[in-house]
Amino acid sequence: MRLEYFQMIDHVTEAGPERLAAEARVPEASPVFEGHFPGHPILPGVLLVEAMAQASGYLLLHRLGFARMPFLAQVREAKLRSFVAPGAALSVEAALVHEGSGYAVTEGRISAGGRRICDAGLTLRLLDFPSPELAAAMRAQAARIGLPGVPAP
Amino acid sequence: MASAFDRIADIIAETSDVPRETITPDSHVINDLGIDSLDFLDIVFAIDKAFGIKVPVEAWTQEVNQGKAPAEQYFVMKNLAARIEELVAAKAAGG
Repeated sequence: MRLEYFQMIDHVTEAGPERLAAEARVPEASPVFEGHFPGHPILPGVLLVEAMAQASGYLLLHRLGFARMPFLAQVREAKLRSFVAPGAALSVEAALVHEGSGYAVTEGRISAGGRRICDAGLTLRLLDFPSPELAAAMRAQAARIGLPGVPAP
Repeated sequence: MASAFDRIADIIAETSDVPRETITPDSHVINDLGIDSLDFLDIVFAIDKAFGIKVPVEAWTQEVNQGKAPAEQYFVMKNLAARIEELVAAKAAGG
């Protein structure tokens, strides 16, 4: 994870049309921990939600062959069950619940060493890429984390 | 079984803040009921699930934006219910 750059996923371990699994290691040090919280560094819950959203996004990019860009639109029943300390190794999963017209619904889940960390229902809008730069950046990012089937530019 | 209109009206009332009794066959989902795009997404998801279909909202919106169809054809309740019934029938016919 590079928290300051919103790079929440380190490596994709499994990717199919309906499920994606990935690894993410929380950095030992980050300016984020200076504020959250002094003397008690823990990963902010909103960044756990972001990690589940990114796993869902990569799942949808993979499923759709990078034809459209997923944007987070809704978070339902997010449950933050455990604190996450610096250095933690996280398993991030996203599962497709439904693909509709212009949107998709997923379930996100994060665990660490078999212990449940958090889960949530997510809705993402599926829109045309607003710029070629973003499309290229998403392909590069996906290739960096080992997502299979990234199309050539 | 309840009509498609009643089922859709129930979904809208459960999904948004719109009171069930204000939803009539002539209500325009956006203009009259004031449903915003995110609530509409929830409603479409609920309709997709309830009827086992995929409401082609993007195609409908494109038709309306291109002037190929009036918005009322898809977004007035009685017409929306008719479109949903058509989609269900098409699915049952293997379409």
